[in-house]
Amino acid sequence: MAVVVILVLLAAGSVLFHLLSPWWWTPIASNWNYIDNTLIITFWITGFVFVAVVLFMAYCVLRFRHRPGNQAAYEPENKRLEGWLAMSTTVGVIAMLAPGLFVWNQFVTVPAEATEVEVVGQQWLWSFRLPGADGKLGTSETRDVAPENSLGLNRNDAATLDDLIIEGGELHLPIGKPVKVLLRSVDVLHDFYVPEFRAKMDMVPGMVTYFWFTPTRTGTFEILCAELCGVGHPQMRGTVVVDTEADYQTWLAQQQTFSQLTASAGGSSTAATADASSAQ
Amino acid sequence: MVDVRSGIGEAVPPAEVEDVELYHPHSWWTRYVFSQDAKIIAIQYSTTAIAIGMVALVLSWLIRLQLGFPGTFELIDAERYYQFITMHGMIMVIYLLTALFLGGFGNYLIPLMVGARDMVFPYANMLSYWIYLLAVLVLAASFFAPGGPTGAGWTLYPPQAILSNTPGGRDWGIILMLSSLIIFIIGFTMGGLNYVVTVLQGRARGMTLMRMPLTVWGIITATVMALLAFPALFVACVMMLFDRLLGTSFFMPAIAEMGEQLEYGGGSPILFQHLFWFFGHPEVYIVALPAFGIVSDLISTHARKNIFGYRMMVWAIVIIGALSFVVWAHHMYVSGMNPYFGFFFATTTLIIAVPTAIKVYNWVLTLWRGDIHLTLPMLFALAFIVTFVNGGLTGLFLGNVVVDVPLSDTMFVVAHFHMVMGVAPILVIFGAIYHWYPKVTGRMLNEALGQLHFWVTFLGAYAIFFPMHYLGLVGVPRRYHELGDASFVTDSVHSLNAFISVAALIVGAAQIVFLFNLVWSLRHGREAGGNPWRATTLEWQTPETPPPHGNWGKELPVVYRWAYDYSVPGAPEDFIPQNQPAPGRMSHEAAS
Repeated sequence: MAVVVILVLLAAGSVLFHLLSPWWWTPIASNWNYIDNTLIITFWITGFVFVAVVLFMAYCVLRFRHRPGNQAAYEPENKRLEGWLAMSTTVGVIAMLAPGLFVWNQFVTVPAEATEVEVVGQQWLWSFRLPGADGKLGTSETRDVAPENSLGLNRNDAATLDDLIIEGGELHLPIGKPVKVLLRSVDVLHDFYVPEFRAKMDMVPGMVTYFWFTPTRTGTFEILCAELCGVGHPQMRGTVVVDTEADYQTWLAQQQTFSQLTASAGGSSTAATADASSAQ
Repeated sequence: MVDVRSGIGEAVPPAEVEDVELYHPHSWWTRYVFSQDAKIIAIQYSTTAIAIGMVALVLSWLIRLQLGFPGTFELIDAERYYQFITMHGMIMVIYLLTALFLGGFGNYLIPLMVGARDMVFPYANMLSYWIYLLAVLVLAASFFAPGGPTGAGWTLYPPQAILSNTPGGRDWGIILMLSSLIIFIIGFTMGGLNYVVTVLQGRARGMTLMRMPLTVWGIITATVMALLAFPALFVACVMMLFDRLLGTSFFMPAIAEMGEQLEYGGGSPILFQHLFWFFGHPEVYIVALPAFGIVSDLISTHARKNIFGYRMMVWAIVIIGALSFVVWAHHMYVSGMNPYFGFFFATTTLIIAVPTAIKVYNWVLTLWRGDIHLTLPMLFALAFIVTFVNGGLTGLFLGNVVVDVPLSDTMFVVAHFHMVMGVAPILVIFGAIYHWYPKVTGRMLNEALGQLHFWVTFLGAYAIFFPMHYLGLVGVPRRYHELGDASFVTDSVHSLNAFISVAALIVGAAQIVFLFNLVWSLRHGREAGGNPWRATTLEWQTPETPPPHGNWGKELPVVYRWAYDYSVPGAPEDFIPQNQPAPGRMSHEAAS
């Protein structure tokens, strides 16, 4: 009997924990509430199955536990029942997969009007690059990383010179405009993760990865690294600020271009190298 | 209703080969140490696996102390923390679970359950164990090597695995880890080929494939999968070892580490991830399928009822095994691979839910209208179903590509895989040990200690891993030595972490009760007799318990029926052993 009671309590307790506990996701700040919705559908379907299976087991233990004189039934197979269960499982799986793939299609289809922003990861800081007046990001190469060029930008590419560089600072984004985030790493794997945006993606040295989203709420959000990148992994933090259009323009006007930065840096070693070694 | 007790009353085929002469040990050393008896090898495998598993248990305590009470224990700095999680993960997955299920249970049960005298290549079988032991020693040596063990995470992702900001990256840690894996795979291959050939060629007369107990089906399918999957890990380890030692760049692109250019260039970090998970996903089922098989037999025996839908169960095992080779990239949805792969891998992953669900239905339908004896093996089987269903269902979150995006790399993933391939299979291992210990030693394990062990382990493990999902939902990333400040790191997150840690310490301590029981019952356990559970399968029908070298005495058993003749209407008892002839044909067939 103890077994029956504990199984029932376990099922009920799990449901109550889900409904009453204070641990729930952070308020969303992007367009990916579709993801949240799919997650909720999945919670309902799986929660129902879990409770049903555990309660059925509890019932079996209660009803068919051994008593003197009991004999089990002899029924090797039941084609109809097995077929029916397989079919209803398939339906449940489709009910989760279909919305999932539908939303994934949106996730991988970057809107044409999305503006590009580059995020560069290195142990253990975040840097950002925005296209300059030409609206294009210039090319880059890990091989070009040097003390005065910590992002490895291509000096011979005209598109690079007017790119805006933010090393170790805050990234600002305007509200309501889709952004395509281009992700690059110059050393190991990292992962650009802002819990409020829901989306995340690994950054892989030697390639450019991406995802897109639209910020829907102004505020200051913390960037975390979500792919183990060495002993400083938990300390790799950054900040992204979602601004109103006016605030964003004010901020944008204060940023320095690549050519301004290299000119002002002159002979002295750059801030990035100093940051990197102090983080060690 | 179809009669799956196929061919009761069919003539038993004549022996195709002569009974073989086994190697006769000449001394204590060849009998108990360098033994070629699969049962001794099984005990050696199990003891070694449990011993190194205890190291992993202590590591898990240290991990939880740090997560629950950050900053309290100076000893656990970031470097050590990453070394602990890496070694904990690798030990549990490879050196404990894989070795115990295949090397331990496989060796003990396959020859006995199919009615063979031993594995077909006893010498290679012996070598398999000693090579496994060497792999364990090499792995353990890294704790004492300069720089300590690797802290790359159990997934060993390059480039960081072999770079200087990861513990052991430029020291001995990663070299010993990769070497140990290579040695393990060599040893496993010797054992694995043995299990496959024994099942295909060494079965007793009358033991058709579709009469084999599901335990054998689970172990053998897992073995075939391991033989196909481990080579991917093998080449990945060799290549990474070359990258580390010879300066090749299989997995290493151009890298500027702390502003300094390294000599590497042109390689692909994602290639490693594909190789790793081409092994790593089947690995999940290499651990799960033997558990599926064993738990089916535990439920059937202790509910005194045939397993429901035997043929469906066999096909589900085989289909899950096959499908598990085409789902690997669901571990890589946010790895930066071409995002269109997501459509394919999400679909294959969710398809695998169907045969898996069928197995769950058939387990609970076996309970339905059964005669359920709440023995320790049955309790562990019930607990397995609860935790496996829980962990399997959260797999539907992570497999469904878009839902994975916010949850990937968070504590949700940690909770999911611990529930589904940690807690669930380990509960089966416990159930199986309580079930077969009487056959191995001739004595029963102590019931009271077993009850204590069961309840603390089951409810404690659930209390650890069920709430942990919600930490991930909140946004807590995995592999964080300390959380620091973030919007989602509230006081309640810290309290929950502390609660989980306390539960983990208690559950760990309960395992000491279990170990004590294993040792204590060797001498003081109740005498078990040959078939204490009144089970049908062949291992319970040996002339002697524990079975001696050669298992069967003079005559090999002959099999007349499937493994699940429990509560057959009209039979004098509620079980009919597989080697019991159909009524009326007894004298005729025994003579043939």
